[in-house]
Amino acid sequence: MSVSPSPKKELATIAIFTVAVLAMPIWLAPIGAAYPDLLQKFAIFGIFAIGFNILFGLTGYLSFGHAAFLGVGSYTAVWSFKLLTMNVLPAVIFGTVLAGLFAVLIGYVSLRRSGIYFSILTLAFAQMSYNLAYSVLTPITNGETGLQLTQQDPRIIDSMFVEAGAGLPSTTLFGLKMSGYPGFYFCAVVLIIGFWISLKIFNSPFGMKLKAIKSNQTRMGYTGFNTRPYLLVAFVISGMYAGLAGSLMAATDPLAGAERMQWTASGEVVLMTILGGVGTLIGPLLGAGVIKYFENIFSSYNENVLHQIFAALPDPLEDAVVAVTSLFVGEGWHLTLGTLFMVIVIFLPGGIVEGARRLKSLVLRPTVRKYGFKTDQPTTRS
Amino acid sequence: MTKRIIPVTRRGVLKGGSALAGAAALAPTIFVRGAWAEDFRNNPGSAGSVKLGFNVPQTGPYADEGADELRAYLLAVKHLNGEGDGGMLNTMTPKSLKGNGILGKKVEYVTGDTQTKSDAARASAKRMIEKDGVLMVTGGSSSGVAIAVQGLCQEMGIIFMAGLTHSNDTTGKDKRRYGFRHFFNAYMSGAALGPVLEKEYGKERRAYHLTADYTWGWTQEESMRKFTEGFGWETVAAVKTPVGAGDFSQYITPVLNSGADVLVLNHYGKDMINSLTQAVQFGLRDKQVNGKQFEIVVPLFSRLMAQGAGDAIKGILGSTNWNWSLQDEGSKAFVKSFGQEYGAPPSMAAHTCYVQTLLYANACEMAGTFYPPEVIKALEGFKFDGMGNGPTEYRAADHQCFKDVLVVRGNENPSSQFDLLKVVQQTPRSQVEYDPAIFGGELGPYKV
Repeated sequence: MSVSPSPKKELATIAIFTVAVLAMPIWLAPIGAAYPDLLQKFAIFGIFAIGFNILFGLTGYLSFGHAAFLGVGSYTAVWSFKLLTMNVLPAVIFGTVLAGLFAVLIGYVSLRRSGIYFSILTLAFAQMSYNLAYSVLTPITNGETGLQLTQQDPRIIDSMFVEAGAGLPSTTLFGLKMSGYPGFYFCAVVLIIGFWISLKIFNSPFGMKLKAIKSNQTRMGYTGFNTRPYLLVAFVISGMYAGLAGSLMAATDPLAGAERMQWTASGEVVLMTILGGVGTLIGPLLGAGVIKYFENIFSSYNENVLHQIFAALPDPLEDAVVAVTSLFVGEGWHLTLGTLFMVIVIFLPGGIVEGARRLKSLVLRPTVRKYGFKTDQPTTRS
Repeated sequence: MTKRIIPVTRRGVLKGGSALAGAAALAPTIFVRGAWAEDFRNNPGSAGSVKLGFNVPQTGPYADEGADELRAYLLAVKHLNGEGDGGMLNTMTPKSLKGNGILGKKVEYVTGDTQTKSDAARASAKRMIEKDGVLMVTGGSSSGVAIAVQGLCQEMGIIFMAGLTHSNDTTGKDKRRYGFRHFFNAYMSGAALGPVLEKEYGKERRAYHLTADYTWGWTQEESMRKFTEGFGWETVAAVKTPVGAGDFSQYITPVLNSGADVLVLNHYGKDMINSLTQAVQFGLRDKQVNGKQFEIVVPLFSRLMAQGAGDAIKGILGSTNWNWSLQDEGSKAFVKSFGQEYGAPPSMAAHTCYVQTLLYANACEMAGTFYPPEVIKALEGFKFDGMGNGPTEYRAADHQCFKDVLVVRGNENPSSQFDLLKVVQQTPRSQVEYDPAIFGGELGPYKV
């Protein structure tokens, strides 16, 4: 059994994490990822993946419907902008809470089954929510077009204090505009808090019980634990993380579309978690970063850009290289992602985190530690 | 003693600390770099080139249109920079462009994939604006996407030249000061197509609508019903279908027993190819209902779709913004240079995107600056000719272009693989014009 780490070590983890996240605009600049929109996406999908990992990583319950909560969070936040105020705090709070309530409902039903049946149930619920948002609930969601702000929105709280301007108002945090870098730093702070909570859960007795469910639920039952309440709490917490991510998406860009709830969006977070490393603290975050980077940067490469990159090569070779690589960028970015995913699943089942750990042991070659603790604990913490 | 894996020394800590402090001191200057030098976003200043953002669907149901749009954009960039044969630069009037880029700056471009999803399109547009520093975003083949990106561009203060978008909302209730549309809209389709339908199929018809379930489909259905019901048609039912459904058989079967004798397909792209092909396979066109021949109408037609649908389109009526068979000088010049470049005639999506790029560049030349409010003012109310469809005006009240609309029919005996649409009638501009107030909406401010 792993002993929960000392508070000092926890603090160090958080400190390093904080610095790394806040300094993202600096260290991501060389790979062309340091612009506000992508940084916001890193933070937001990081939150989504961290929350998903609390359910999937700790209990082993694979939910295929987490995008539904993301969508609920987004729609709630946009409605809060439309009806109440452009301040993001109420939007984020409402979005998280409502997604939590929604998770109670879905979780209560879905958690009656486990394994593949649970996955299918959540998938069914998510697909149902998607179709509701897409067509049936059009008055609330504006269907395929997506819910947007309009000039005529009441915005009750705002209209009490200020006259409406000529253009559409933008989302703010007490006057600070939430687009661009301020938006990123807001998301980053939320991410750090979310990471801290997740760290606490991982190291708490509650987290231990969740891990016990993953290793053997039946035995848990025989020892006298009723596992379902624990599962439901984990499910709701991870649903709230998803709702939080969804409302942050709306906060940085006040628009909500039904495609956020589609099964591909649910699948994406599963990919992120597996790519980064299931059950590790930092893994899902890395996975989210990699996928969003591919989606935004690789998809923007065209042959023109490739020719610039390989300009140093002799001409015939350059053309050949460009012809081959162009299959993997632009609209072919899915191909690159798929290849990477396959390589990781086959050779590094523990994801990027396992890769990093192997690399580290290769470089540092640590000798057997004192007291005979094992050095390779694949699924505890990074 | 345990062996330290990473040696921590006082010197090392000091070195690392000072490096961090240096980075922290530098960081704010990175974020606000250029903030004092510019009065608008992405001001090219004294740079030798400007960037335009081409945001088109490269995947999804409208990918064919997206690919053709991109071809047109690349051609437009070539012509703007004075390469190639110049295309419409030779026929456009009035023209301020000189064939040396825009305001003497070479035109460069970045591309992105909208995936025909609002979220992805906005993310892609944001990347172009925030990372690549584009001055103008253009493209799209879906009204949902166009409206979403247009809203974003208004917030960001970047001009958006819409590509193919046919919904009334784009320049109606969702119009924006920074958004411009050269393409026609559903209302104009209805106004042009209505009289032809009345003449061909008579006043007593029972119509069944299948409608793509988003802003474009809704307004298309609304406009078609407005005009067809205006001269006596009855609408039996209007069923909404999801975008990218693939299989439409479950929607087509009920048509057979509904007592309808006309099927109106408010579909576009691959959706229209699938629904039309399936409707024909189900034998709808061979049926006699209410003593009349069953007919299918596709209000928004394009050659690319006709190509995909094959024989199914023969004899089917629809409307289109532009067709490569037009014989005016502008169209001929464009078809010639597009054909030389890519070996196929351009689609109407390609045409509108090409024209939009030229119009933006021309407006910058007219305004003498890239400053968006001035460029917008140059575009508003701009009257031009020689770019296909005859004399055209960018109406200032809603940023919608007004020009002749084509009613076309799927060619029964095509003379080539591209000769798929036959122009039935060139509906004059006066017949499709309307009062901008009927759709509501507000343009918003010049300066954001």
